[in-house]
Amino acid sequence: MSDMSKPALAEAGEFEEAVPHQNLSRTRFVQVLLWIGLVGFVLTAPFYLYPVFVMQLLCFALFACAFNLLIGFTGLLSFGHAAFFGGAAYVAGHVIKVWGLPPLAGILVGGLSAAVLGYVIGALAIRRQGIYFAMITLALAQIVYFFALQFPFTGGENGLQGIPRGNLFGLVDLNQPLAMYYFVAAVFMIGFLVIYRTIHSPFGQVLQAIRENEPRALSLGYNVDRFKLMAFVLSATLAGVAGATKAVVFQFASLTDAHWQTSGEVTLMTLLGGMGTIFGPVVGAITVVALQHELSGIGSWVQVVIGAIFIVCVLVFRRGIVGEIARLLRISSV
Amino acid sequence: MDVMIKLILAQGMLGLNNGVFYAMLSLGLAIIFGLLNVINFAHGALYMTGAFLALILYSYLGVWLGLEWLHIGFWPALVLVPLLVGCFGMLLERLLLRWLYKHDPIYGLLLTFGVALVLQGLFVNFFSVSGTPYPAQPDELRGVVNLGFMIFPKYRLFAIVFSIFVCLAVWLVIERTRIGAMLRAGTENPDLVKAFGINVPLMVTLTFGVGTGLAGLAGVLAAPIYSVSPLMGADLIIVVFAVVVIGGMGSIMGAVVSGFALGLVEGLTKVIYAPAASTVIFLLMVVVLLLRPAGLFGRQG
Repeated sequence: MSDMSKPALAEAGEFEEAVPHQNLSRTRFVQVLLWIGLVGFVLTAPFYLYPVFVMQLLCFALFACAFNLLIGFTGLLSFGHAAFFGGAAYVAGHVIKVWGLPPLAGILVGGLSAAVLGYVIGALAIRRQGIYFAMITLALAQIVYFFALQFPFTGGENGLQGIPRGNLFGLVDLNQPLAMYYFVAAVFMIGFLVIYRTIHSPFGQVLQAIRENEPRALSLGYNVDRFKLMAFVLSATLAGVAGATKAVVFQFASLTDAHWQTSGEVTLMTLLGGMGTIFGPVVGAITVVALQHELSGIGSWVQVVIGAIFIVCVLVFRRGIVGEIARLLRISSV
Repeated sequence: MDVMIKLILAQGMLGLNNGVFYAMLSLGLAIIFGLLNVINFAHGALYMTGAFLALILYSYLGVWLGLEWLHIGFWPALVLVPLLVGCFGMLLERLLLRWLYKHDPIYGLLLTFGVALVLQGLFVNFFSVSGTPYPAQPDELRGVVNLGFMIFPKYRLFAIVFSIFVCLAVWLVIERTRIGAMLRAGTENPDLVKAFGINVPLMVTLTFGVGTGLAGLAGVLAAPIYSVSPLMGADLIIVVFAVVVIGGMGSIMGAVVSGFALGLVEGLTKVIYAPAASTVIFLLMVVVLLLRPAGLFGRQG
């Protein structure tokens, strides 16, 4: 039977390289516009949109960006990222509510716990490649889900409720909506910048080399497994920060956050926005979260719509929104 | 006989009963993966569809057609439903999956994930999430048999024996017949098989049909045991993925044996420490990944 040693997403066709004659000055111009647009949106959004909605959006956007670091820039499809998102939400909720830690420390502890979990799951999953990697991460994430369901401190089916928002540095009361909002906005922007810098660092270049051709990266002397594991841990950590922040915003950690359907949702956000692009996951997260809000009236039809979008994206829209626009404008999306 | 041994044997039989579904689903996944290089995420949803079709044939179809007397029972369903699900599978392959073969296998996984969401969403809309019991368990399989160490429901015993029979039949077809030989050749080298004038695209479609048909058959078998619910396939498919990772998809027999064996292990875990039963297969997967990453029956790469 055919072996699965082929690197994930080996055909470069879906990525960057397929864009002929990228226009560098136009790339620069559009990127500056996008940065201004993103920062402008994050700063002004609570004045014309419901702040809790935007905070939810930013948490999922950070989650999707972290996920994209793996699928888009390392070529690894993790189908268990909800374990980090949901797991960190529980840990943050517990240390804030029961240990009485301030929210910022809670989010850091949550992110740290996701890093440890990411190290364990990543070290196991990188022993196999391609489709197997996806199945293993999914199965390992299911263990985390069952723990969340069965451990006494998680509140079982009800989730962990009544997490206090508390104070930032003992100065800013996070129960005020705007204070909470700008705190979340800061977490998002820091996470986004970390990912941007990672992708454009030498480390990020090695990750992209692994995505393009793993055997070649190996033959060039790079310790491929080590790089994959580092990328996995970084991605898990940021996914955890996103989940922990969401737990503080909504003041509870729910079982849904750790469910495989959340892993599917973050995959859709990234795919729809554009895998392997900088702004794609943000656009995808905005689209999917907004869609879920708009369609919340039709009940379980949402799932049918989400599934249909999945099918359409995979069949005819593999570059995603940002990837397609970049191709039309002949600019780089990275 | 000692009470403890009786308990172990009893839980083992119940575990074997779950193993029926692990084995039949991982068998279908392995056949499809061998030729198409695609992991069918919709396999669980198709199993659920199979169970619902059996329920619909008995309870709803007559009402929908205005023929209140029409109830298509278990035995006809056991033949009809796999055919229906298999045809649906072939449609999926022809209309959707076919376009992705030249791309990374991951896209096949994502596409079938989307299909699974659509199917699950549709059934949630039209049927109760909490599940509906299947009323048409055949009379000749009602009641219990005494196995010496336990009283076991006749139907469950039938399910175990029947599925072992089906798995052996599939194995024989693949290993001992001309069609099976073509299939194995197509798995090794599709281009060469094409050069011999064999219609490989047709073979791919039929293979997908057989694999998904097996999922449908497992669904019909499950209907009288578990209550028929839209979510019954979703959690099962993740366990089956772990089974597939443990067994390795290199061999048909490996998929079947690890399916039954892991059902057994899960059953026995209930005797030792019940809360671990839901995670024991995943934990075993971790152990296998550490010791033998290619899986128990997979080729070491």
